Amino acid sequence: MTAATAPAPGRLTRLSQDLRRSETRWAFLFLLPWIVGFVIFTAGPMIASLVLSFTNLSLRKNFDFIGTANYERLINDQRVGLALGNTAYFTILHVPLSMAFALLLALMLLRVGRSAGFFRTVFYLPTITPAVAVGALWLLLLNGQAGLINQALGLFGINGPNWTTDPTWIKPGLVLMSLWALGSTVVIYFAALRNVPLELYEAARVDGASSWQQFRNITLPMISGALFFTLIVNTIASLQVFDQVYTMYFGQPNATAGDRAALFYVVHLFNEAFVSFRMGYASALAWLLFIIIMVITFIQIRLSKRWVYYEND
Amino acid sequence: MAMPRAKGVAALLAFVLAVTACSSGSTPSPSSGSSGAAASGAGASGAGGSGSPAASGSGGASGGTAISASGELNVMGFDCTKGDDIALNRIKEFKSKFPDVTLKCTEGGLNDQQFLTAVRSGSPPDLIYMDRGKIGTFASQGAIQPMDDCVSKAGIDMSNFRDAAVKQVTFDSKVYGIPEFFNVVVLVINNKVLKEAGVSPDDVDTSKWDALKAANLKLLKKSGNKITRLGFDPKLPEFLPLWAKINGVDLISADGKTSNLDDPKVAEALTFARDLIQAHGKAADFFAARDSLSADFFGAGNPIAKDVLGAFPIEQFFLNVMADTSPNVDITVKAPKTKDGQDISYATGLTWAVPEGAKNKDAACAMAATMTSKDTWVAASKARADKRKADKKPYTGTFTGNKAADAEIFGTLVDLSAMPQFDAAVKATVAVSDKAFAMPAVAGGADFEKAWRDAVNKVLNEGADPAQALKDADATAQQALDAGGG
Repeated sequence: MTAATAPAPGRLTRLSQDLRRSETRWAFLFLLPWIVGFVIFTAGPMIASLVLSFTNLSLRKNFDFIGTANYERLINDQRVGLALGNTAYFTILHVPLSMAFALLLALMLLRVGRSAGFFRTVFYLPTITPAVAVGALWLLLLNGQAGLINQALGLFGINGPNWTTDPTWIKPGLVLMSLWALGSTVVIYFAALRNVPLELYEAARVDGASSWQQFRNITLPMISGALFFTLIVNTIASLQVFDQVYTMYFGQPNATAGDRAALFYVVHLFNEAFVSFRMGYASALAWLLFIIIMVITFIQIRLSKRWVYYEND
Repeated sequence: MAMPRAKGVAALLAFVLAVTACSSGSTPSPSSGSSGAAASGAGASGAGGSGSPAASGSGGASGGTAISASGELNVMGFDCTKGDDIALNRIKEFKSKFPDVTLKCTEGGLNDQQFLTAVRSGSPPDLIYMDRGKIGTFASQGAIQPMDDCVSKAGIDMSNFRDAAVKQVTFDSKVYGIPEFFNVVVLVINNKVLKEAGVSPDDVDTSKWDALKAANLKLLKKSGNKITRLGFDPKLPEFLPLWAKINGVDLISADGKTSNLDDPKVAEALTFARDLIQAHGKAADFFAARDSLSADFFGAGNPIAKDVLGAFPIEQFFLNVMADTSPNVDITVKAPKTKDGQDISYATGLTWAVPEGAKNKDAACAMAATMTSKDTWVAASKARADKRKADKKPYTGTFTGNKAADAEIFGTLVDLSAMPQFDAAVKATVAVSDKAFAMPAVAGGADFEKAWRDAVNKVLNEGADPAQALKDADATAQQALDAGGG
């Protein structure tokens, strides 16, 4: 009987010994504000939303537990499929393109020497511009008839599409807009590039490696940790894209093409929660997204072992 | 010795931080205002008792029973300090009638989420100012309460209001709101463009679909693939209810229980309106052109002033826009007609409503009654007419939703003799006001609307067949009506 529970005391003893150490106690004490904040403002609401996802809470006075009805409704809700498809489309286009462009910009920053600080600020500015302002601005830029993007394309003899009114082009237009605000990713890549030891390049040059070979065999492996981090963060952000899309296509009551073509998952979730006030159903939608993100992140972490290089490996 | 003390201070600091982190934003601030209000309320009663005529001023709707009010009145959705002159003058009128009421208003329009959360958490405002189209949704959710008591207490005669407005605030045979403003849709026709295209204003007639189709083709203008002038903009998706009514059918039954979206006449109306758009090219081209040509919709560069639009149905507020920013436009304004030639229009507007759990219902009732009474409307409109005269600008009137007020405003305050076209336009608008219809207040109204808008968008943007799209939407819409929005 006691043998079955025997291994546990070892770990508990170690923890209790740790806690008896003064530094550990102080560490926990200083962590307390964050821990309390996390429990109350993150973990608590998450658990609450999980419970709510099994209810029909809709801002009416009372609610009932309805079992898995909200999750069954997810399967039959055509707009869930539409929103997931739109979100996946955006993510698949946005993540690789944003990483490639950010890396390109970071590589260019590396070569501008003393002006790097200025350009870093310039690249970062769009990131801190309010999303609503960005959305409104891009509606004008992307207008099919009078927008600057199509006017610029016209200079090259290209008849630009209706980015904001043609369902086929709405998502590519949004990807284009998303590439404008790459500041955070550029700064991360820039820092990672500066940490690559120059001796490696010198040795490669002595061995006759071309620029591409240096980039492929030195730069990419050495910054793979940063690439992996931004891959995960950008994927999650893309799956949760909301503010600019909402401003552009759902802020006005008489939206036309964007109503379906720009219906991203979090937009649908927001509409269910705060327009239709089906809080229980919206909670189920939120948990579905959480599970999707968790699975994708898990796969990314598993695959990262094949291509991410850590110095202490 | 010093170290433990320093650790003690640090521990205390950490504890304070933890407590602060817990409490920030989650604890409602003690309502010092409410205690103040309570005091003021007590004072108000005293003042009322002292014979101030205003303290128990009449709600004033129709000279019925007087209503007394005092204390703090929390209003959501109506900005009491930053509104336009019509709003501010009516607030002034209310304050003069009820000096013992302390008015507290939120800034900006009604935020549904903020309001419903306040109701849910047991701290609702006393009065809200909202879109009439949401009455059914809010009433079915138990977020607002019937105002029948208020109507009788304040002596409000609901027959003073336009029928369509009353219909919109009546849910389950109970009055849930006191309506105000009455936006009706009229056809605005650009005479200059019509002359240039060789089209008679008589051909821009929603009862003659073949003539309208032909006029649209003559009015629109393209340069290569680029649309440089819209012909007739049917204003989809928002005016589908109007197009269906023109074709003799309502989107929803009069009792609000049955969806008519699968009625072939709705599909026929949608097909016709879609064809007007597609005569310009692809719907995407049309909407891109509309966005760019109407970029300055509320300014001097509006599409009629710029001659980039032949004609369109639009709410009558656009007359004010044109009179203010482009008074020299050459226009004809007339009512839309049903296919059998009867004048028709589609109405929307706002309303005052009392949330469930409101604490100062008497003051809320007093304000709703005062703000919508004939006397208040006329006083505020007179102030605006005088101001416009001083600014040497025309006053095109205020469509209040109160028939007696409208009669006085348009009979005595509006003088557009120097602008015959606007004079005729306003007269046509007033004339069609009594023939306007509105969507009834129904539970699940928001989901019903989402269903038909979705169908229109599928037809316009994804090439769906109108009949099939509306049939699919009908199933969703009926489900929403049956579920009552749950």
